[in-house]
Amino acid sequence: MTSPSEAQTGIEQFLRREEEKDLLRFITAGSVDDGKSTLIGRLLYDSKGVYEDQITSIRKATVNETAGALDFALLTDGLRAEREQGITIDVAYRYFATPKRKFIIADTPGHEQYTRNMATGASTANLAIVLIDARNGVLPQSRRHAFIASLLGIHHVVVAVNKMDLMDYSEQVFNRIRAEFSSFAAQLNIPDLYFIPVSALLGDNIVTKSDRMPWFEGASLLHHLETVHIASDRNLSEMRFPVQLVVRPNQQFRGYAGQVASGVLRPGDPVMVLPSGRTSRVKSIVTYDGEVTRAFPPMSVTVALEDEVDVSRGNMLAPPSHPPHVTRCIDARLVWMGDQPLDLRRQYLIKHTTQTVKAQVRFIRYRVNVNTLEKLPAPELRLNEIGTVVIDTHAPLFVDQYRRNRATGSFVLVDPVSNATVAAGMVTGRDPRVADPTMPESQPATEGRIPEAERQQRVGHASALIWMNGGAHIGFAVESELFQRGYLTHVIAAQTDGSVLLELAHNLTAAGLITICAADFLFEVERERAGALTEPERFLEVNASAFTSPEEAAQAIVRELEARGITPRKV
Amino acid sequence: MTGSTTAGLTLTHLRMLEAESIHILREVAAEFQRPVMLYSIGKDSSVMVRLAQKAFHPGKIPFPLLHVDTTYKFREMIEFRDRFCADIGARLIVHTNRAAVDAGANPFDLGTQKCCGLLKTRALLDALAEGDFDAAIGGARRDEEKSRAKERVYSFRDSHGQWDPKNQRPELWNLFNSRLNPGESIRVFPLSNWTELDVWQYIHLENIPIVPLYFAKEREMIVRGSSLIPVEVDIPLRPGERKERVMCRMRSLGCSPCTGAIYSEADTLPKIIEEMILVRRSERENRVIDFDQEGSMELKKREGYF
Repeated sequence: MTSPSEAQTGIEQFLRREEEKDLLRFITAGSVDDGKSTLIGRLLYDSKGVYEDQITSIRKATVNETAGALDFALLTDGLRAEREQGITIDVAYRYFATPKRKFIIADTPGHEQYTRNMATGASTANLAIVLIDARNGVLPQSRRHAFIASLLGIHHVVVAVNKMDLMDYSEQVFNRIRAEFSSFAAQLNIPDLYFIPVSALLGDNIVTKSDRMPWFEGASLLHHLETVHIASDRNLSEMRFPVQLVVRPNQQFRGYAGQVASGVLRPGDPVMVLPSGRTSRVKSIVTYDGEVTRAFPPMSVTVALEDEVDVSRGNMLAPPSHPPHVTRCIDARLVWMGDQPLDLRRQYLIKHTTQTVKAQVRFIRYRVNVNTLEKLPAPELRLNEIGTVVIDTHAPLFVDQYRRNRATGSFVLVDPVSNATVAAGMVTGRDPRVADPTMPESQPATEGRIPEAERQQRVGHASALIWMNGGAHIGFAVESELFQRGYLTHVIAAQTDGSVLLELAHNLTAAGLITICAADFLFEVERERAGALTEPERFLEVNASAFTSPEEAAQAIVRELEARGITPRKV
Repeated sequence: MTGSTTAGLTLTHLRMLEAESIHILREVAAEFQRPVMLYSIGKDSSVMVRLAQKAFHPGKIPFPLLHVDTTYKFREMIEFRDRFCADIGARLIVHTNRAAVDAGANPFDLGTQKCCGLLKTRALLDALAEGDFDAAIGGARRDEEKSRAKERVYSFRDSHGQWDPKNQRPELWNLFNSRLNPGESIRVFPLSNWTELDVWQYIHLENIPIVPLYFAKEREMIVRGSSLIPVEVDIPLRPGERKERVMCRMRSLGCSPCTGAIYSEADTLPKIIEEMILVRRSERENRVIDFDQEGSMELKKREGYF
């Protein structure tokens, strides 16, 4: 027996240790029969995350409790409807802790129609466990799960090859699945991919290393979850502070409450207020527990500034040297979640950081087949479809690319009539010039130290941007014709992000070349913007399909250039 | 490892949960017209109020606290409530379904389901309608009961205050959809991701005041099977039962006739936490209502109870 004081000391020490744990959020993805519920049940049960009365109640509910094996899946099935249907229909959150870490599991179903649920669970996750049934190998849904995990910016993916007990714990089976999955995942952006052979039912390699697979040299699943390094997954370099509320309890204090989205904020740091562009310095960082000398994600704090600048909800504080993009037009990936398909004629609301503004999806570039990653033309996006779109907003947003910044690169679309959340969005790029005060219209890439006339003199002709459809081969045919006639030319034929395409076109034209944009995917929205970026007499739009041959198109283009006075110097 | 670049720039799980809850409370204050915080006097409410103090510091909590008083609450709870709210300067609204209480509603004659329906669910819906509240912040956690595992942070309710499991909005990142049509409302659960252990640890860490009923002491109880029923109001004794003095405490606080006590010696926070870890029993086990029927909490929720 320990004395009361010793017991007290023990528990105090225990509490101090407990209070120092960190938190890992992970998602589990798998199909109905992959044994996902069994895996979660096993983690909860073995880590004592389950209450005794819950075990009693699953004992009651387990229909065929054979040989004393509890149906762990029943631990995780919640709602009556799904219990009746026998499937999981929504994201369920579970909690457990080990002496090293606390865990939040977002348990999502793996059916095709529930892409929405997996995206939801993945949006806040540090890590994804993709379950594969060793008997079936890599299935289309396994690829889908990996794709959605990478799409939502999860850095760590654990592939748990389950039911190894039914495959004689075969190393060959595991290696084959690992090779196949790895070659697919190479196309995705997954910095940390870890494979582990398990039997959720029997507990092999779940909590402790299994002696039935001595060939496996890695750690058990739980050990991996406890030790995987996640602290540097955050963006700690570019400070973003979306303002939630203005706190003004009296005349003496005015502070801006919010959660640090990225970067580190310190008193004395210069900050720019977006969208006004006004600058000031951080005077203090206030919390209920006193002022702090630095704030970092995901801290919720209140920031006071040195100067009386106008700041309100929806504004953002950022360093003047590294501001986010301020734009009314974004390129984005959408996961469509609404029952009604995306309608390009309709207006939606976009909620981004602490701002909600009206928005319209101007264009769908393509939709992605989530099983094959194939890009397909799409007139609309339906429930559970993923596509790349161009969105116009009625007020500027302050964005970063999602892969750089999860907080300022993410948004949701809301249907203003039904009020439903209809899409999750991730910013992939932004328009290079529209409504961006950090890149004002008066400062295009052409503003160099070499006068335009001297550049023309050197090149031998004025520059132009030729925007043509018909694909790369016609573009190159046109180029050789022009080049032979003495023009200095270049073709942009690679399929690329719309913003990148525009910047390339803009820079090459500024360098003095005849730039031929002939990528396979050329869209109305880029044409419009390319047209706006270039002086009208330097912009040629060519419908290649109106000509019988590339040569004929090239001749027509030469005639048009000459008519505009863009002619090469005679050599 | 890139430990050096992140050195010191990490939060413990409790501070992460705290930051997330503060974010939620601020979003509610910013985006709703008339939010209210449901205050049940229990430990979760105590934590929630502390988070609200932190969220709006150095300002005051910008919304009122609402207590639905069934008149069957423990005397110590009511005393604690009044003292606590006065201390922190919170605005408190107390609502009771007077008509039902006057008509003699009690769990002994009506059964717990019907009594809860009148004194809790009905009273809550009436109070929300009376105050024209569009957001009601509650202290429910997802780990409390299986049916709550899928509950949203913003739980959408139709104009009858009812919850439709099929009509809930997906929640991504920390972006919450607060759009409502007139008459509709949202229940907000800022403690969604907290576990019972997190709540106790946070109370310990933050030194948050809680109702003394949580601490073990000798109290007068009716011993009924494995349950201890507190003697606060006149409870009809069954044959062979009598009142006894028992060293015990409450694991959760509800109405005195329907909240069982547990045998316990835990008279300090660390002892309570120790006991909790050793005795792994769901905190609601001692509340009679959850065992009425398999999935009974889910039924109540559909009707508008938390």
